[in-house]
Amino acid sequence: MTDSVESLVNREYKWGFVTEIESDAVPKGLSEEVIRTISAKKGEPGFMLDWRLKAYRGWLKMREPHWPNVSYPPIDYQSIIYYSAPKTTTPLGSLDEADPKLIEAYQKLGIPLTEQKILAGVAVDAIFDSVSVGTSYKKQLGAMGIIFCSFSEAVQEHPELVQKYLGSVVPQSDNFFAALNSAVFTDGSFVYVPKGVRCPMDLSTYFRINAQNTGQFERTLIIADEGAWVSYLEGCTAPKRDENQLHAAVVELVALPGATIKYSTVQNWYAGDEEGRGGIYNFVTKRGKALENAKISWTQVETGSAITWKYPSVILQGDNSVGEFYSVAVVNGRQQADTGTKMIHTGKNTRSTIVSKGISAGRGNNSYRGLVKVLPKASGARNYTQCDSMLIGNRCGAHTFPYIDVQNPTASVEHEASTSKIGEDQIFYCKQRGLNTENAISMIVNGFCKEVFKELPMEFAVEAQKLLGISLEGSVG
Amino acid sequence: MLEIRGLRAAAGEKEILKGIDLTVKAGEVHAIMGPNGSGKSTLAQVLAGHPAYEVTDGTVTLEGQDLLDMEPEVRAQAGVFMAFQYPVEIPGVTNAYFLRAAYNEMRKARGQEELDPIDFLDVLEQKLELVEWGPEIMQRAVNSGFSGGEKKRNEIMQMAVLEPKLAILDETDSGLDIDALRIVANGVNALRKPENATIIVTHYQRLLNYIIPDFVHVLVDGQIVKSGGKELAHELEAKGYEWLTGVPEGATA
Repeated sequence: MTDSVESLVNREYKWGFVTEIESDAVPKGLSEEVIRTISAKKGEPGFMLDWRLKAYRGWLKMREPHWPNVSYPPIDYQSIIYYSAPKTTTPLGSLDEADPKLIEAYQKLGIPLTEQKILAGVAVDAIFDSVSVGTSYKKQLGAMGIIFCSFSEAVQEHPELVQKYLGSVVPQSDNFFAALNSAVFTDGSFVYVPKGVRCPMDLSTYFRINAQNTGQFERTLIIADEGAWVSYLEGCTAPKRDENQLHAAVVELVALPGATIKYSTVQNWYAGDEEGRGGIYNFVTKRGKALENAKISWTQVETGSAITWKYPSVILQGDNSVGEFYSVAVVNGRQQADTGTKMIHTGKNTRSTIVSKGISAGRGNNSYRGLVKVLPKASGARNYTQCDSMLIGNRCGAHTFPYIDVQNPTASVEHEASTSKIGEDQIFYCKQRGLNTENAISMIVNGFCKEVFKELPMEFAVEAQKLLGISLEGSVG
Repeated sequence: MLEIRGLRAAAGEKEILKGIDLTVKAGEVHAIMGPNGSGKSTLAQVLAGHPAYEVTDGTVTLEGQDLLDMEPEVRAQAGVFMAFQYPVEIPGVTNAYFLRAAYNEMRKARGQEELDPIDFLDVLEQKLELVEWGPEIMQRAVNSGFSGGEKKRNEIMQMAVLEPKLAILDETDSGLDIDALRIVANGVNALRKPENATIIVTHYQRLLNYIIPDFVHVLVDGQIVKSGGKELAHELEAKGYEWLTGVPEGATA
């Protein structure tokens, strides 16, 4: 305690191992040729290739955004490998056939691919580098008409759904990183829940970046048909490497009238070392469209990545639709995060809630950036925003950039913000009750994040709490 | 149990404790009284290991162990409990969760197994009776939005659960109405055992009508200037501190 709130050393990144698996990759760099190769390797129908090429041509004319409150050296898009897949000879029919090394890697990660987890009600689709490795629990879901599979499979098996909804929420031209993703994405998850069906379990995907110099560009598309209900969980890790790796994903959610989609993320990509070497650039576009009486709820716990740039958003298009965003973003070491949400109210009596908890420690820099936009037709729209920042130590930063644009006089928009510093008196109080400094901080911070954690499915909430403790280890001495 | 010898402590440049000697045996209740600014609360904080104070000289041992060498949490695990003058709020953390975490740290330190939330409920139930509280309070966040009286009561609740060897009550009576005072005092009295000791730091004699001390010490300007039995407290109440300090109260510090 003598040096007060600073010091201690960072605990090692536990998920930093590399798995030795032969992979089938295309050469570095990006060109129409590479895109054609990717599309051909995946045996895609013509509409997909056209869609990719259109995205690529658009991307060539776009410029990387520099408005976020983050800084990093220029990215050389020609030195990235855009496709890397673990080499296998035959397509996998079941997990037993998967490469044991892969399974071992997943076991190290504690991924719920095991029988016990399945019994616990988690259906898992795992993305290793860019290819979906195995989707569990498919049969039972299939009996209810629920489609839960890799994106590649969806392109083959359900091209009509893909063609109808792909890009319907995040168009190819949406932004620089979304365009890049649209051109080169190699896999991801696909979910379709039919009319009136309540998905009986949490669907879960685990993402992992393994190969060197690989970008991970996954694409997730979730469609909840009228009155359907689905909860989707996403977790992410990556090995420790000295170079930065780019992760530019796109997630699209379509909630048709009366449907509910709950999307939870625990993001723990490698954050780089204390000096800021290495780590993932997490530049992600996530957006949902809610039609009449539909609800989309984003919950995210962002503890990893060197840089995080993401704004899970909701377009409240239908009347009486609901959008929610619950976020915990933690930065430590040299991490930078510029994250928040956009709530676009276009329907009448639409409601949105934003609860953002930013925690800054070490030399981390945390920005909340959020837009609440109420369009002229959205009479009776309501938004409540609560944005709290907690500082640990005195070399970190917390920033808030709220944008409010209200074009309808009957709308009501509330914004509350607070900044607090974790106090020596709080820590001493806990210590006097027998808790050590790290447990004390973990407890205080978890208390601070409680409103968000209570939105997470139970299993994930426990994981998130542990993760928070680990990412803040070493933030206080 | 507790031996304090020649204890000197400072906050920054300012010396506050200027050579304290005190022996507290198991089963005893000691009251430390004194005017504002005499160093009473500092003594409590130094015993608990508050980082704002630096011990410049002297020794403190608890059952023969060097207390000053221990981190605050190790002191707590060794059986030192301080009821805070200003209990701290921890938003979002329930009393039940906080107390169980603390309780399990004590158990771990004694080589016992941790209790799960269900078993811990039984522990809580018993202790809640002592402070005349219902179980709902345990689901509220630690001291968050509590009144001054509730916060003090919560300190006694924590003390009851953690069963310390040495309890230090720092101005626990300040800001309490008469009912809360009675509840707090009942709690403390119920926890008095031949194997425990209590140090009560207070400005007023009031609390000592409810918790009868074995010894009373008067602290003036960082030193104990007079010690006696419980009758000393009454004498102070009648005569004020001026009698010992030579200065009218309010004129010091």
